[in-house]
Amino acid sequence: MIGVISYLVFFSTVAAILAIAVLGLNLQWGNTGLFNGGVVASFGAGAYGTLLLGGSAQAGHLGGYELAYPVALLGGLIFAGVLAWVIGVLTLRLRHDYLAIATFGVAVAFENLMRNATWLAGGAQGLRGFERPLRQTLGDGFLYNVAFFAFVLALLVLTYVFLERLTASPFGRMLRAIREDETAARSLGKSPSRARLVAFVTGSVIIGLSGALYATFYAFVSPQDILPILTFQIWAMLIVGGAGNNRGAMFGAFLIWGAWSVSGWALARFAPVEAQLFTGSIQFILIGAVIVGMLLWRPQGLFPERLIVSQPGDFSTTKP
Amino acid sequence: MAEAILETEALSRRFGTLKAVDDVSISVRDGTITGLIGPNGAGKSTLFNLLTGELQPSAGRVFLSGSDVTGLTPDRRFARGLGRTFQIPRPFKRMSVLENVMLAPLKQTGEQLLGPILRRGLIRREEEAIRDKAIEVLDFVTLLPLADQPAGKISGGQAKLLELARVLMGDPRLILLDEPAAGVNPVLTEVLIDKIEALNRRGKTFIIIEHDMDFVMRHCDPVIAMAEGRRVFEGSAAEAQANPVLLDAYLGAPVDA
Repeated sequence: MIGVISYLVFFSTVAAILAIAVLGLNLQWGNTGLFNGGVVASFGAGAYGTLLLGGSAQAGHLGGYELAYPVALLGGLIFAGVLAWVIGVLTLRLRHDYLAIATFGVAVAFENLMRNATWLAGGAQGLRGFERPLRQTLGDGFLYNVAFFAFVLALLVLTYVFLERLTASPFGRMLRAIREDETAARSLGKSPSRARLVAFVTGSVIIGLSGALYATFYAFVSPQDILPILTFQIWAMLIVGGAGNNRGAMFGAFLIWGAWSVSGWALARFAPVEAQLFTGSIQFILIGAVIVGMLLWRPQGLFPERLIVSQPGDFSTTKP
Repeated sequence: MAEAILETEALSRRFGTLKAVDDVSISVRDGTITGLIGPNGAGKSTLFNLLTGELQPSAGRVFLSGSDVTGLTPDRRFARGLGRTFQIPRPFKRMSVLENVMLAPLKQTGEQLLGPILRRGLIRREEEAIRDKAIEVLDFVTLLPLADQPAGKISGGQAKLLELARVLMGDPRLILLDEPAAGVNPVLTEVLIDKIEALNRRGKTFIIIEHDMDFVMRHCDPVIAMAEGRRVFEGSAAEAQANPVLLDAYLGAPVDA
């Protein structure tokens, strides 16, 4: 029994961490229409940044500053934000598929840099030597995992509330208008390039937070954690949940992460031995099929974007 | 003679070898409803895009209320009192009609990223004022019953009224309308004309591109005519009707009344 609960806590922690990334992508794509194909670049920036700043010194590469965890976390977010700002300034004039290609390329470059520049962050071996915050107080067991889950959940709720307020605010309204028709928005006094950059950086910082928590949870990050498949998983979560709907984004994260975990378990358990080598590829195919299927049959997602309407009250009763 | 609210000085725009707008100098007087006519391809919409800043000129300058706005982007020209609508309406389709209109006011505190966290009280008060004004403007253009509809669901004619409503929220002094009557049913056209004239009486200046000569001759004065990128006529509606070249080219028989 405790094993099941323990697994559920572990599962929910990872799903909640990914849900934060999906919320960040939702700000970029769902609200602003920015086709970010390089989600893992921000995820990785947050992860690497936090561990480099908060970890202990390791031979052969940078980092090991052993900063207090909140400071290291903040540093990771700043790193993700600065990286996004640079990428944004360079690429946000591109539209749609071109923006996706450019950001995808940046993410692959980031992964390759981390894989090959051993002097920078440990290369393919990844970053070790990070001690999880409060480990000495809480230990390494079930208690720690529950406490960490609560911490992640609190940050998820905080992010959700922030984004809900943002979406309902005039800023969110401006982002949607830019998504719908940039030319018209500009003709009404809005500055799309500035708003797009702000939305891109903010979304990337939120994705960076997700990466930072992920790395904290495992006390480790390596180039294997920032492969393009993660970008596609996060996209699948948003598309299935419902682009433009923050609740849908979170729901999609739990649903897709659940499906991913269950399919991985089922394939490992039931697939014939000679097929075991390919189960990973089968999961990739499933993710692709889910994205294509949703886009074909229910492009608005399970939780469609809600139309923001006037206060309760019916204007049609007013005289025309 | 009232002062010029908008002037151009030898304005030109080339696309490759095509001179879409060729050395056009016009002067639009404050308080008028100025008609801009000409056959397809005469350069009217290109001229509009140069006036609003959507396009940059190859040569020449644009002055708004006497100050040079040539290098300014469309959003900054809107902030200086120049509003426009589009030939093919561009509503924000997945937003409600009310939201479309509430978007437009300038200098909203809530348009800053951290506004919704740091200045909630101020923003709530601003939003209430903007909502009241939006409802008033929607009522004025007869779209209030559609306030909570997605803007993608309304008709083309209603979308033109919506564009007018959006522009009015920014309170511009000069409004450029690109073919407001095209593809709009006669009832809505009447509503639109009615609103334009009411706004004009309150001091708004209009420049209207229109192919419907009956519309232009009834409602616009003065009239500017373009052909092949050049300005070929600028004068009163009465002069336009008496001008043999214009009569031949665009107007056909004089309009009654």
